[in-house]
Amino acid sequence: MGATQTHSEYQYENMVGKTGFSTEQIKNLHMRFQQLSGNEKTLRREHLKNIPALANNPIKTEIIEAFFDKRNQLDNELGSYEEIGFEEFLMVMSHFRPLSIKTSEEERTAMRRQKVRFLFNMHDTDGDGKITLEEYRKAVEELLSESGTIGQEGARAIADAAMLEVASTNVPNLGPDDFYEGITFEHFEEILKDLEMESRMHVRFLDMNTANLRCGK
Amino acid sequence: MERFTLLRMRTNSGVICMIFVLFLCCTTGKCKLQETKPTNSVSLDTVKPYPNDIGEPQPYPEEEKGKLPVFTMNYSRIQIPFEFTLWILLASFSKIGFHIYHKITIWIPESCLLIGIGLIVGGIMYSVKEEPPAVLSSDVFFLYMLPPIVLENGYFMPTRPFFENVGTVLWYTVVGTLWNSIGIGLSLFAICQFEVFDLQDINLQENLLFASIISAVDPVAALNVFEDVGINEQIYIVIFGEGLFSDAVTVVLYSMFAFLANMPAIDSEDVFLGVARFFVVGIGGVLFGLLFGFMAAFTSRFTNRVREIEPLFIFMFSYLAYLVAELFAISSVMAIIICAITMKYYVEENVSQRSCTTIRHVVKMLATISETLIFFFLGVVTITTVHEWNWAYILFTLLFAFLWRGLGILVLTQIINPFRTIQFNLKDQFGLAYGGLRGAICFALVFTLGDTINRRNLFVTASVAIIIFTVFIQGISIRPIIEYIKIRKTNKDLNTINVTIHTRTMEHLLCGIDDLCGQWGHYYWKDKFKRFNDRFLRRILLRDRKAESSIVSMYKKLELQNAIELLDTTMGDISAAPSLLSLQDEKKEASRPKKKFKATDIKKMHDILSKNMYRIRQRTTAFTSKHSLPDDSQTREILIRRHASIRRSLRAESFREQPAQNISKSLRYYSLQPGGNLDSALPLRRRSHAIPEVDRLRSSGVSPRSSSRSLIPMSKLNTIEERRSPVEASVDSTHPLEPSSTEDHLDEVFTGSRVRGRRAPVPAARRRGPNRVDEDEDENVSEGQGEERHLPPRGWAPENRDLGANEAGNSLLRPSSLRSQRSWKT
Repeated sequence: MGATQTHSEYQYENMVGKTGFSTEQIKNLHMRFQQLSGNEKTLRREHLKNIPALANNPIKTEIIEAFFDKRNQLDNELGSYEEIGFEEFLMVMSHFRPLSIKTSEEERTAMRRQKVRFLFNMHDTDGDGKITLEEYRKAVEELLSESGTIGQEGARAIADAAMLEVASTNVPNLGPDDFYEGITFEHFEEILKDLEMESRMHVRFLDMNTANLRCGK
Repeated sequence: MERFTLLRMRTNSGVICMIFVLFLCCTTGKCKLQETKPTNSVSLDTVKPYPNDIGEPQPYPEEEKGKLPVFTMNYSRIQIPFEFTLWILLASFSKIGFHIYHKITIWIPESCLLIGIGLIVGGIMYSVKEEPPAVLSSDVFFLYMLPPIVLENGYFMPTRPFFENVGTVLWYTVVGTLWNSIGIGLSLFAICQFEVFDLQDINLQENLLFASIISAVDPVAALNVFEDVGINEQIYIVIFGEGLFSDAVTVVLYSMFAFLANMPAIDSEDVFLGVARFFVVGIGGVLFGLLFGFMAAFTSRFTNRVREIEPLFIFMFSYLAYLVAELFAISSVMAIIICAITMKYYVEENVSQRSCTTIRHVVKMLATISETLIFFFLGVVTITTVHEWNWAYILFTLLFAFLWRGLGILVLTQIINPFRTIQFNLKDQFGLAYGGLRGAICFALVFTLGDTINRRNLFVTASVAIIIFTVFIQGISIRPIIEYIKIRKTNKDLNTINVTIHTRTMEHLLCGIDDLCGQWGHYYWKDKFKRFNDRFLRRILLRDRKAESSIVSMYKKLELQNAIELLDTTMGDISAAPSLLSLQDEKKEASRPKKKFKATDIKKMHDILSKNMYRIRQRTTAFTSKHSLPDDSQTREILIRRHASIRRSLRAESFREQPAQNISKSLRYYSLQPGGNLDSALPLRRRSHAIPEVDRLRSSGVSPRSSSRSLIPMSKLNTIEERRSPVEASVDSTHPLEPSSTEDHLDEVFTGSRVRGRRAPVPAARRRGPNRVDEDEDENVSEGQGEERHLPPRGWAPENRDLGANEAGNSLLRPSSLRSQRSWKT
């Protein structure tokens, strides 16, 4: 899986087509991958958990899970990996590619969908295609875990309110006492349709080699 | 129905207009205070042509005779504030006028209309040989008119997009303005070398000075359009920031060139010093802004005992920042902007909700007045001032302004694009270039030119020409063009909880990914700042230093909004809102927003369904009550709520008709004596008002509540529940209590319907069972029943009746609630 040094060039070429990264970016990411995994071919959860900078992130478990989630790979299966190779790592990263001017309209929509799907998968922890209230609550709780004052109860209330918001925007004829089971992907897309994902959910991947900058981490 | 709401809207806006006018009348007193000082010093000689011979002589001779004057008039004493007030009123009236038929302002920007009105007034003044007020002297403009505008811009700047694009904004602003000034200045200087144009006496410095004046963009009109069409955030913020900071840059450039223009000779050292000064001025402004911003924030920490003057600190500190910066001749615009940005975040958390509203309103109001006046005077002065028309110079100015702007955007974008993650495409660039309107700053600056400039009148004419050209031609055409070329658009403000949640999630996610990649991205720094902020700044500056997530604040905002709207719509009585607000303030419910939810929302189950926000709140209750959380503070809530509603019902009493009196009497009774007494009292009252219409309506499937206003209030509560019940009653017959039993067993229904309402999720889920997942349903059942234990004590039920009563008096609400109810069912 991991790119061995001899085949690396070929591997990179292959991945450029798959992920849309440039060769330099892939090289960079590969270096980072090796740094994270301690020069092993695969990456396990512990490796990611040990990143000091990530420790403060309230949703770090969700982020780490996302890397081991099979749904974020091309074949879109259910379940999760125990360890991932560089290719999987790259695939997950590719969700965060920024748009460029040249991106066509169809590509944009596809990328947007992909990003929304990524977010959706992050919340839909059991993979049943619905974000249930429980899952949503958990997500909000984690998000708010930093601000301790709000507490669990507040987080739940917010999740509830948010859930109802989804319900009311998507199922306008839902009676006040009908039960809304969970946010499907379509509904999820619907509530985020006005949000400009393309311009927000992206990371600048460095083109040049900045290994020396990274040593602090 | 349609016409009805329309009518109501009309009256509403009419009332708002009236209030605004009154408000303005009251507040102009304040403005007078601010603005009289300068007019005193500057315009005394120009502004009073005739009062001297009419107003003054009259009182004095009579006094000499020793008799008490019965009627005296001393116009000259009040003349300046008086005329100033009239000017403001006139300008404000025209603003009202535009908005009566609001479609005008969609197609023609307000600034155009104001200039137009100004032109007309100027024409009238010109024909009667009246001189315009000399408000636009340098001092008046810089000390009194400019600060409010800039403060408003800084205070309402969208912070997040700004900091995400700060590099680009500064790049376009600083370099772009320099580029424009120097480019236009040099090319105009080249034009001046041609003898045919008769312009040889304009030297390079004066050309540069003039160019720096006209390169200040003032994109109010463009921003309005951008906001309306929902243009993408990046363009918006760049144009916004450009307008904001180009003021600063232009003012610096202006003072620099104005200084240079008066110098006989310039050597290279001066140029170098000029550049150094440029940075000193800019960075000094930033530092002063930070200093005063933090001071304001720190002060606001201690103002909770003096709420009345709380807003004042904000204005005083920002004005102080401005003045002190002015004192040291550093960029005062920069100082006040930075001050506003710095303090806003902390101040708004420290001050009370009402002070916060006051601050925002006053900031907006002052800025609007300033801006309105400037555009208005622009029109007036255009007619009344002395012009020097030189075809060549003016046309070339227009041409170069256009050319250099376009060229500048093209070149600067090429340079900045590789550094941006979202790059500007050609359409975006066109939007940026075309959004560069000239406006108030340019106009004011050119009028402050000293008399030492020998072609001053030509400069004035050219500036006015370019302002009018850009404001009219570009301002009017920008909307169709932008809509035609379909520039990338984005959402407007999305005030939903979900969007906030997911925006935050994305931010954390991206920050995490940045960390994973080991890069120091934008989000890394944001995160770092946030940590620093939480750890130090908030601790020092905030009274209540609970870190609050944006989700929570959004949630609270929506809550508050709903609460206010609820009160507004139901009572038609705004005065009810503050009382509740202050209650909430005192209770400090920040940590448990859910409670607030409960308190406010069961009140209005019906008339709010037509609005989206309402519906959310609505559902939320239904939802949260399903999975009810332990509810210990409920009794207190009820108490507060009851007090509020009693008060309101008493107030409302006065303009209610016959049945209403009945109601309010019983209201007091019910609210004071909850519990068992109620039930015995209810049927009595009910019978006395037995209305056939109710039956008819019920048989037609409409809940009884929809009957005329004579219907007594308590039935209203039932129907809140009943309206739900028919939905499931049609399918589910497990409940013995049907809505039709209201008439005779009202007490039963009353409690029964409540229970049914609460239990509702069970049948509902069952009904939908076939196409839904079953396991959820089971869980739901248990939860629904578990909820029952948390049913509120009966004593709180009459509360709803109170509210119903209020509603009964409000016939305006009835139709809409009825309609929404119907649509609800279908």
